[in-house]
Amino acid sequence: MADTTVKNDEIEMQKVAGPWKEAWRGFRKSKIAVVGMGIVIFFILLAIFGPLFTLQGINEQDLSQRFQPPSSTYWMGTDDFGRDILSRVVYGARISLWVGFLAVIASVIVGSILGILAGYYGKWIDTIISRFFDIMLAFPSILLAIAVVSVLGPSLRNALIAIAIINVPNFGRLIRSKVLSIKEDEYIMSAKAIGMQDIRILFSHILPNSMAPVIVQGTLAIATAIIEAAALGFLGLGAQAPTPEWGKMLADSRSFLTNAPWTMIFPGLAIMLTVLGFNLMGDGLRDALDPRMKS
Amino acid sequence: MTEQLLKVEGLKKYFPIKSGIFGKVNNYVKAVDDISFSVKEGETLGIVGESGCGKSTTGRMLMRLLEPTEGKVTFDGQELTSLSSNDMRKARRDIQMVFQDPYASLNPRHTIEKILMEPLNVHNIGDPKERKQKVHEFLEIVGLSSYHAKRYPHQFSGGQRQRIGIARALMTNPKLIIADEPVSALDVSIQAQVLNLMQDLQKELKLTYIFIAHDLGVVRHISDRVGVMYLGNMAEMANTEDLYEKPLHPYTQALLTAVPVPDPAFEREEVVIKGDVPSPANPPSGCRFHTRCPFKMDICETTIPILAEVEKDHYVACHLYEESRPQ
Repeated sequence: MADTTVKNDEIEMQKVAGPWKEAWRGFRKSKIAVVGMGIVIFFILLAIFGPLFTLQGINEQDLSQRFQPPSSTYWMGTDDFGRDILSRVVYGARISLWVGFLAVIASVIVGSILGILAGYYGKWIDTIISRFFDIMLAFPSILLAIAVVSVLGPSLRNALIAIAIINVPNFGRLIRSKVLSIKEDEYIMSAKAIGMQDIRILFSHILPNSMAPVIVQGTLAIATAIIEAAALGFLGLGAQAPTPEWGKMLADSRSFLTNAPWTMIFPGLAIMLTVLGFNLMGDGLRDALDPRMKS
Repeated sequence: MTEQLLKVEGLKKYFPIKSGIFGKVNNYVKAVDDISFSVKEGETLGIVGESGCGKSTTGRMLMRLLEPTEGKVTFDGQELTSLSSNDMRKARRDIQMVFQDPYASLNPRHTIEKILMEPLNVHNIGDPKERKQKVHEFLEIVGLSSYHAKRYPHQFSGGQRQRIGIARALMTNPKLIIADEPVSALDVSIQAQVLNLMQDLQKELKLTYIFIAHDLGVVRHISDRVGVMYLGNMAEMANTEDLYEKPLHPYTQALLTAVPVPDPAFEREEVVIKGDVPSPANPPSGCRFHTRCPFKMDICETTIPILAEVEKDHYVACHLYEESRPQ
């Protein structure tokens, strides 16, 4: 008798972990994902606080100091105008992350709305939205982005809009398929049986349960968005001089590759590391959030 | 004379079969084809039948989770089938449902407290403090403890989850509970516990049940009256004892023959049916059972038998009993 009471107390004391907390626990188990998150956090901090600490201005030219190799004054050397590459790379983190996050958030919001409409209401709404996605996905994404930018005119803001647009069908499809499967779950039927309104079912049951794959896809999409922004910058369709955007920096220093390789190496390394960080983190999140991957 | 709580007349559900890119409708699956019955206040009506005979579809149509193609459902003097969807939503306060799969019918991201509070929030019953109290009260009623409220569904066993499902159905003090195979996903030992709980609750809270199942033993245990469905039709309906002791429809006889009896010396007259259930997209003409019936007559192929009272409170849809029917 005494035993059972003790047991009951123990049960009562047990920490109750919600699904998000449990996912975090799973995420922490993967070392490589934590490393990825470390890289991401490092670049976020760099983007926020970095520009406060850099010694040289980002656009201050000093032609007497052109093409200085990395040294104790210029840690990453200088470019063809004698600008400090470290300062520019640090400031570039702000631009790239800003573009990555904003573009993905915009496409998640638009994609979610379209995906939910298509998945939940079905019928002709679904047909129209899905065919629209199919058409967009039929274009290679960078070509579509170039087309959008050439219509809107080349600038960082328009590059961001272009990247957001080309990512919409990915999220739209993802959410549509998730909503389609959740809609058939019995707890949706039971919510209807209780007498819940459609809109309330959408926000309280369907949306929270379809978020996990969106978070994973979103993290991975930030990496792609950063690369796409850099690619547009490289092609001269994104950020314009003298903005220290990483892709733009690569394009500008392309001709000095042989005599001043540091002008390309450091912005290139920054792109690679950021993208790697987001990808590692995204993979870890997928393992943690996807129940099928659980052992 | 007990009052009729629910009356169903000529209920039909045809699902269109679409084909081609334009979704042209070229046929219908007649999941439920013209059934009528009524449920008295305080009784338990069991509905049995094979998978695909339309029993779950019937249950869902009663509270218009599926829109009936045709037919009338009257509940407590109110015609449900003519209500606007918003009024129907409000009417669901008095009719609740217990679902088959206790693993799928609870949202995995909500705590038990949130799940149980949902019906109260939806129908605006009580203030937050009263709601919380009611959640704890009902957890105790279904045999769980109030400290379970903060947990998530995955931390419970199947039987416990079904208790939560039942508690959710009870939150709004409904008059009628439609239980759609509430125990078929559970272990046999747990089935008994849940069935007994449902019976206790019925006595305590004066509930009326419609109990849908395929397990004849379970239905006999809990029901006052039983309806047997075959391919979208009601084949036979009678008080439980009458139906199990003296089944009239050949299909019911065959079903009951198939129930194993734990007595090797027991011998009975066996009614064996052959073949499979025909497709509801292309049901047989006349009596739907005639393709498998050992007592088939010529009339069975052409004329649909109507469900008629052959003995007192014993309804059967079969041409064999046409003569004994009072005209």
